[in-house]
Amino acid sequence: MAVKKTDLAVSIGDWKLKNPIMTASGTFGYGEEFADYLDVDSLGAIVVKGISLLPRTGNPPPRVVETSCGMLNAIGLENVGLERFISEKIPIFEKYKTGVVANILGDSIDDYCRLAERLSDTSITAIEVNISCPNVKKGGVAFGTDPKMAYDITRAVRKKCSKPLIIKLTPNVTDITAIALAAEEGGADAVSLINTLLGMAIDIKSRRPKLANVVGGLSGPAIKPIALRMVWQVCNKVTIPVIGIGGISRVEDVLEFLLAGATAVQIGTANLVDPNVAGELVVKLTAYLQENKIENIGQLIGSLEV
Amino acid sequence: MTVDNEKQIRAVGEIKDIRCCSRDIFEIVIAQSSISRNAQPGQFVMVKTAVDKSDDPLLRRPLSIHQVQHGVISLLFKVVGRGTKLLASFKQGDYVDILGPLGKGFAVEQQTTHFLIGGGMGIAPLLFLAETIRLERPAEKIVILLGARSREELVAVDGFFAINGVEVKIATDDGSTGHHGLVTELLPGDAVGAVYCCGPWPMMKAVAGLCRKQEMECQVSIETMMACGMGACLGCAVQGVDFIENGYLHVCKDGPVFEARKIWL
Ligand SMILES: Cc1cc2nc3c(=O)[nH]c(=O)nc-3n(C[C@H](O)[C@H](O)[C@H](O)COP(=O)(O)OP(=O)(O)OC[C@H]3O[C@@H](n4cnc5c(N)ncnc54)[C@H](O)[C@@H]3O)c2cc1C
Ligand SMILES: Cc1cc2nc3c(=O)[nH]c(=O)nc-3n(C[C@H](O)[C@H](O)[C@H](O)COP(=O)(O)O)c2cc1C
Ligand code: FES
Repeated sequence: MAVKKTDLAVSIGDWKLKNPIMTASGTFGYGEEFADYLDVDSLGAIVVKGISLLPRTGNPPPRVVETSCGMLNAIGLENVGLERFISEKIPIFEKYKTGVVANILGDSIDDYCRLAERLSDTSITAIEVNISCPNVKKGGVAFGTDPKMAYDITRAVRKKCSKPLIIKLTPNVTDITAIALAAEEGGADAVSLINTLLGMAIDIKSRRPKLANVVGGLSGPAIKPIALRMVWQVCNKVTIPVIGIGGISRVEDVLEFLLAGATAVQIGTANLVDPNVAGELVVKLTAYLQENKIENIGQLIGSLEV
Repeated sequence: MTVDNEKQIRAVGEIKDIRCCSRDIFEIVIAQSSISRNAQPGQFVMVKTAVDKSDDPLLRRPLSIHQVQHGVISLLFKVVGRGTKLLASFKQGDYVDILGPLGKGFAVEQQTTHFLIGGGMGIAPLLFLAETIRLERPAEKIVILLGARSREELVAVDGFFAINGVEVKIATDDGSTGHHGLVTELLPGDAVGAVYCCGPWPMMKAVAGLCRKQEMECQVSIETMMACGMGACLGCAVQGVDFIENGYLHVCKDGPVFEARKIWL
């Protein structure tokens, strides 16, 4: 009997991904670090380390601390800057047979626009905008915490960006759906969520914060229920694709996010623990579909019954 | 170095032996042929300590490669918290999930006397180093200086005595065995040679200072908090002397072994 081929492909605008498994920015380096552990080409796409116009040294150590079923990080967006990214990293990406998404960050709308414009002239597949960063002109309030600012930045970047445009949302807000709608209105092709939740840990012996930066972003399995809830809420509001992120490490987690309505997912902290996990998830997701005789992954997406 | 040497893997290895060396220090022997073949002295592995695929503790723990024999690696670790406590409860025949070999190890200097200086758990990577130097340079002199708080904390020294023609000197803070005082006091003031050092931060700083004065090449193995151990998270930042121009170094990728003069002026 002929076995029907399972179709894992998903689309974000005109961009077709061979499967919905992506990696999350800041947890997958530039991909090359993982070449010994998995076949990068087997993934739906990779999102590489966040990039700013100028190099950033990041925060002083300690930068990471483990928490129950999670971790806090305050890396401080250390990166090589746009020029070295283009000259040193993009040639590496050109060898991959999968989509490579650049994640951009800045202090002002102008920074983001210049990054998007330059990167639109490269072989990068898509651009993800990290709007969790503080807006220096607006007294350091994060772009992603105010619907008006989120709309403005999306609209401005959209004009300069000829690639698929993903706006990455911060969960540190009262109503994430308002920000998601603002991004959709501004012209985003997709939204991705969630970035890390602001957290803190204290060393009671020294009576000092465990992170030099005092506060940091919480990620890992501990945040999955919150991420899933937010993805579900956003999926009920917007019509553009939603990319689910937060505490995903098992195929069951991937399925939960797809059922809640996510078109694709990003694997973050789990890469730091098991560098081959993203590749394994592609295999396991394919197997799940075959075992359950699901021919097309679209049949799963948003099929949650409430 | 061949390309194969640089290959890192994630593997599950069978525990061939696990034993308590003293109150809270354990040695674990893991069957893992690829890592044992490719490991260089000073490199480390990331060990998953969670049991039954638990998400807690989430992150792997970095441990130096203590010894390498055909097909097996051994680790020497002290129980200091949750992860190491869990690892100590593993039994012979259990399987442990490890990544490695990771990082940049010691560079063995040419034609010289080799001084290996270890304090506390810092002795862990030095046995593998001593055995490697002996194997690669049978004629060169190896001097091993080990420091510990007390006799009880001084573990796994037998391995060093078993190496042909090495000189081993011991110092304890309380004088319960060997020299009563600091391990740095064991380094002769007129010593000539290369120094390889691993131990608590103040000890390494003192050794690096002595080496600068005596114009000896000195390498130190540094510890920081780590999430991934493989260059992906940038969590393991440390300042080098060229911090202003070049930013942070990353211990898991640029180290854990550094030339002391690149870390401390
Ligand atoms: C490259 C490298 C090699 C190492 N080699 C050895 C070794 O051969 N033998 C050995 O006994 N220990 C070694 N360590 C230290 C060892 O990794 C920590 O003791 C261990 O991670 C603590 O885990 P835990 O869960 O038991 O403690 P936790 O409950 O996580 O913490 C307990 C204490 O350990 C400290 N700690 C936690 N994580 C680390 C870390 N990654 N590095 C340093 N301190 C940490 C914490 O600050 C805290 O004070 C090495 C560390 C590094 C970075
Ligand atoms: C060490 C680390 C670095 C990160 N760096 C970035 C970054 O540069 N840009 C970004 O948009 N998100 C960054 N993130 C957030 C992740 O991409 C992801 O949104 C978050 O960790 C939640 O997913 P997870 O629970 O699967 O890790 C980082 C996360 C971690 C743990
Ligand atoms: S521990 Fe992750 S980069 Fe070094």
